[in-house]
Amino acid sequence: MILSLKLAYRNLIGAGLRTWLSVIVLSMSYVVIIWMQGFLEGWNQQARRDTIEQEIGGGQYWHAHYDPYDSLTLKESHAPAPAVLQSENTAPILIAQATIYPQGRMQSVVLKGIDPAQSVLALLTSALAKKGAYLPVLLGERAAKSANLRVGDQVTVRWRDAHGTYDAREAQVVHIMDTDVPTVDAGTFWVPLEDLRSMLQMPREATLLVVDETFNDPPSLTGWVFRDQTFLLEDFTSMMKMERVSSAIMYTILLALALLAIFDTQVLSIFRRRREIGTLIALGMTRGGVIRLFTIEGALHGVLAVGVAALYGVPLLIWQAHVGLSMPEVVDNYGMAIASTIYPAYSVRLVVGTVLLVMAAVTLISYLPTRRIARLNPTDAIRGKLS
Amino acid sequence: MDKQIIVQTKRLTKHFPVGGGQFTALRDINLTFSKGEFTGVVGPSGSGKTTLLNIIGSLDAPSEGSVTVLGKPVEALTHKQAADLRCRHLGFIFQTYNLLPVYTVYENVEFPLLLLDLSAKEREEAVLQAVESVGLMPKLKSRPAQLSGGECQRVAIARAMVKKPAIVLADEPTANLDAENSHHILQTMEKLNTKFQTTFIFSTHDDKVIQYLRRKITLEDGEVAEDQEAGIRDQEEEG
Ligand SMILES: Nc1ncnc2c1ncn2[C@@H]1O[C@H](COP(=O)(O)OP(=O)(O)OP(=O)(O)O)[C@@H](O)[C@H]1O
Ligand SMILES: [Mg+2]
Repeated sequence: MILSLKLAYRNLIGAGLRTWLSVIVLSMSYVVIIWMQGFLEGWNQQARRDTIEQEIGGGQYWHAHYDPYDSLTLKESHAPAPAVLQSENTAPILIAQATIYPQGRMQSVVLKGIDPAQSVLALLTSALAKKGAYLPVLLGERAAKSANLRVGDQVTVRWRDAHGTYDAREAQVVHIMDTDVPTVDAGTFWVPLEDLRSMLQMPREATLLVVDETFNDPPSLTGWVFRDQTFLLEDFTSMMKMERVSSAIMYTILLALALLAIFDTQVLSIFRRRREIGTLIALGMTRGGVIRLFTIEGALHGVLAVGVAALYGVPLLIWQAHVGLSMPEVVDNYGMAIASTIYPAYSVRLVVGTVLLVMAAVTLISYLPTRRIARLNPTDAIRGKLS
Repeated sequence: MDKQIIVQTKRLTKHFPVGGGQFTALRDINLTFSKGEFTGVVGPSGSGKTTLLNIIGSLDAPSEGSVTVLGKPVEALTHKQAADLRCRHLGFIFQTYNLLPVYTVYENVEFPLLLLDLSAKEREEAVLQAVESVGLMPKLKSRPAQLSGGECQRVAIARAMVKKPAIVLADEPTANLDAENSHHILQTMEKLNTKFQTTFIFSTHDDKVIQYLRRKITLEDGEVAEDQEAGIRDQEEEG
């Protein structure tokens, strides 16, 4: 084994440029796979964390009729918040449709009433504690941008109360928050819960209740459905899966290129070195031994590539993890949480897994052409003839 | 000199498939080789010299008849058993040297020992001794590409001899060498033959080789035409 390794290494280095070309392409496969997967993992972790912190908490009780994809259900999906959940680790949210009139235009928005003192969601709801003539409104950057509103701006809000009567009120933007989670931002006006309850004439009512992550064993409550984190992150999870597939397609192409180069090298070197193969057999090496030698030689590309990849990949990936990757503005309306800067997350598992995967592929691709050696006639091979 | 038989062929015949039919390269060969022989197989091109050496070297199998090498029937050996026989007991020298290009002289000579279970120290001793015996100590760290043809063939001899095999098979070892190098190499092999009682079997049509032989087997069209003891000169000189 040591012998094979040594000879294989010598042959490989002796082959020069060709070896290094394959090794460099292969090393790029390592780096790109780790970089892409790390990027996706970083996005995944960041987005999950932000979504959990800012939107879904440890899970939510939904009013039985509530359907986030159908705003028409909002009229029926509210009820007095269950008494068992009136505690510090729950945040009731009341949701209603409304229309705003910024600079004479008309725009429909969703009003979400939340307790300014809540601490379940990492939203700056304390800004809503401001008392005054105006209805305080907390906006995300996207909502502010689409309504063309700045902090301090006023806007008319018009809504229908529980009895279907229209009413209107002047609102003032108290804070604009920078958030990565579009669902707490786009088209959403956060207002104080008690104000919204009295505006809608729905005292003590809520559409949903967010519980925090310390909340376990959610009791079942009639009229309310508990939605856990897995359910609430389902869309995100399935989108992440698609992202992984499409990135896998990209690096599979790169890896295939590298494997092709190695396959080609192997075929060529077995052809060119048939005299050497015959000699090794004459010197008493078994065919199995020669096959192993050539397989190891091919597989060594993978090992060398780890070294080369480490040389430029490690600094590159560390730097990338440090400065992050700025996402262009266009992805802002992706509909999924995506930070303006994504910090890739590389795990030991990712790196080791990638190396093992690539090594296995390289070893297999190196082995395939060597099966020809088993059929080689040594007496012809010694004289450099083909059999 | 004891007459211990180490190679014996009985009714050895070898056919090669050619086109639709077959070509008989060796026909009914009955030969016996003893320990310590210094024998040449001569004959015109295409007479079957290489074929015979390959079969004795267990690189090829006879079509008919039997070949016994060191008590083992070559025709019945598996690939693995044949490899083991070559690894332990047979040394090969080729017309084209066939050294491993990426290895140094030292490493080329060491290679056969790596296939055996020897300690590093045993290997080193054997390699240095073998390289010394072919007079290449100054070239120990050179690669084959940096050596002359004669030097390459001396490395090949050292590689064949390093494991002290029972038999060395040399297929036209001097065909690519000039007269001076040919004599040098033959003298080296003669010396090793005397010292270790290694059996040397050559194939050649080189007169320079023939004058060193103690036995000359002439093949013609795949058949033994003549088998004569020669080299009374050598034996007298030795005695
Ligand atoms: N693999 C093969 N297939 C078909 N014919 C073969 C094969 N090997 C050898 N022969 C034929 O067998 C005959 C003997 O070949 P061999 O190589 O043994 O001759 P040789 O005596 O060594 O000749 P030379 O002095 O030219 O090396 C030749 O006619 C050759 O064409
Ligand atoms: Mg020949």
